[in-house]
Amino acid sequence: MRDALGSVQSVLVLGGNSEIAMAIVDRLVASRCKKVVLGVRSPASATTTLNRLRSAGVDADTIVFDALDPASHAKVIDAAAERIGDLDMVILAFGVLGEQSEFNADPVAAAEAASVNFVGAVSSGLAAAAKLRTQGHGTILAITSVAGVRARADNFVYGSTKAGMDAFAQGLGDSLIGSGARCVVVRPGFVHTRMTEGMKPAPFATTPDKIADAVINGLQKNKEMIWAPPILSTLFTILRHLPRPLWRKISAG
Amino acid sequence: MRPEPAASRAVPSTSELFGWGRTAPTGADVRRPTSPIELQRALPTSFERGLIARGLGRSYGDAAQNAGGTVIETTDVAAFTIHESDPNSDTVLVTADAGASIDRLLHALVPQGLFVPVTPGTRYVTVGGAIAADIHGKNHHLKGSWCNHVESLHLQLADGSVAEVGPDRDSELFWATAGGMGLTGVILDATFRCPRIGSSQLAVDTDRAADLDAVCQLMRDGDHLYDYSVAWIDLMATGKNMGRSVLTRGRFASADEAAPKIGADPYVYKANELVSAPPFMPAGLLNNLSIRAFNELWFRKAPVERRDEIQSIPTFFHPLDMVRGWNRIYGPAGFLQWQFVIPFDATSTLTTIVDEISQSGCTSFLAVLKSFGEGNPGPLSFPAGGWTLALDIPTGIQGLGPLLDRLDDLVVGVGGRIYLAKDSRVRPELLPEMYPRLDEWREVRERVDPNRRIMSDLARRLGL
Repeated sequence: MRDALGSVQSVLVLGGNSEIAMAIVDRLVASRCKKVVLGVRSPASATTTLNRLRSAGVDADTIVFDALDPASHAKVIDAAAERIGDLDMVILAFGVLGEQSEFNADPVAAAEAASVNFVGAVSSGLAAAAKLRTQGHGTILAITSVAGVRARADNFVYGSTKAGMDAFAQGLGDSLIGSGARCVVVRPGFVHTRMTEGMKPAPFATTPDKIADAVINGLQKNKEMIWAPPILSTLFTILRHLPRPLWRKISAG
Repeated sequence: MRPEPAASRAVPSTSELFGWGRTAPTGADVRRPTSPIELQRALPTSFERGLIARGLGRSYGDAAQNAGGTVIETTDVAAFTIHESDPNSDTVLVTADAGASIDRLLHALVPQGLFVPVTPGTRYVTVGGAIAADIHGKNHHLKGSWCNHVESLHLQLADGSVAEVGPDRDSELFWATAGGMGLTGVILDATFRCPRIGSSQLAVDTDRAADLDAVCQLMRDGDHLYDYSVAWIDLMATGKNMGRSVLTRGRFASADEAAPKIGADPYVYKANELVSAPPFMPAGLLNNLSIRAFNELWFRKAPVERRDEIQSIPTFFHPLDMVRGWNRIYGPAGFLQWQFVIPFDATSTLTTIVDEISQSGCTSFLAVLKSFGEGNPGPLSFPAGGWTLALDIPTGIQGLGPLLDRLDDLVVGVGGRIYLAKDSRVRPELLPEMYPRLDEWREVRERVDPNRRIMSDLARRLGL
């Protein structure tokens, strides 16, 4: 169960190799969380994380999760619940960034990225929501991106998939009102991870640890939308309303 | 009869419920039987996620919620009978349905020269809740907690059968139900002893204490002279003011003492809510600064010493009930209450805890300090001989979790415990240390509910 300070006792991570999700899980485990299931495409890829969690006394396991196989998502959720009981939290942490210039030359690859980031979030998010409704409690933590707040020329495929996921997650949250379950949207800015290695950092670039701190703080305060770092909330209130020519200039950086 | 302030629903048209602290709501199938028969028939046919009874929702945390299961609100089953008695006896027997509130009881009892055996800081608790939490009040040092005054009760067990239990009838099950957080079955009604009073007024002595040592000394020296005693303590004061308090103690006044204030009828009783907290409070209105200023003002306006002031029952016992829905003032993130008891010989730990809280800059309105008498045989009953401190804290404060975890360790270290009816965040692994007879309680539960049909969020969270 979730407690009054936003701590949970069990968590399922879809995209179990996400560095942001792992930073969040580390903090949950340091508080009350004793059960973790990592949903990953290939379980072997998560061995290190699994061992680290287990040596910290956590009842941890992996489960095969493929974002591109929507038909399997409800089964994955059920299997995770079978393994650890009530799912206090489900983190939607999977996603691909891709390279805009490559997407421009390979529309099929772009469509696949959209399938992972958006379509996968829709099917797994709905499957998780159905489970949480039955439980009468639980939090879906949907990690989207500020890139989805306003698309820009040099990553609009990624940005638009995250915009779709963000809108989906907000609507899902509203649809869950009154059920005991809820959906919290996390909008990170530029984060230094494997995913962004070699890229030029955007302003207010941050780390998975800082994102996780903002998430834990937001959960404690019962927020529905968590900007990480929080300053991005103010920044994007302005950026979102800039005239397009000006936005093009600024976002081209 | 005028409607009582209903238990809180997170969103009106749904079955999402939370406790008084307004944190961690969960969804459930909520049933509201309107007669004792309906109440008995309210046990669901499917028990996949169990059921729990709920009264007026004054538990701060998740004790009266049951995510994905059934919650039975008992507040419409609220009849009671005041039994005939020998005019010379000190007490009168009352039998009340589980959903009868202390508020309703007082409206009937006080005009007849009677009072409830125990009242907490709010009169909006039900008899069922009073038993499930084994509530205590300002008279614990002399009279113990609610279940010390219960003769018998009817309990609907998980298998649908009804058991009559009491200190002399299946005492094991009775004491497991006393403070058992509703997990032994659905309490249907109870018979308890109510004391006679000389008037509806109290003669109250007030003492202002400069610091924690001073208030503890006053209580040690004089509590036995008063029927009721409690201290309000300013946990935001630091340095030489740390633990400064206002101690109020009293007894029911005689008709003669009360007459100058209330006139000829010694048992006149009026208890109304004066104002309502606004339905929406912006986050951050109550902050460190505003609460510090409030506490300062409150301390300064208290008399240094005052004797035999005549006060009404609501003023003395239920001051917060004057503001309907006061739990909303903490804004959308809600708040929690932390209450512990530690033995008298651990007074230095009390000082350490008060010091830690005041140093932490943790925003807290006035806290309540009281000295408890001995506990009763209930394995999960909270009160035990020693100091008890209760404080409200808004949940949004950074670092609050680790701070309370550290303080829990101090409490456990000296053989103390925290109060489950207030809890919303304690580490489950501390429970067996706080309640060393937990296994005894579990054995009784295993006997009456082997399939765990009676279930609550609190039970899930703490692995009870």
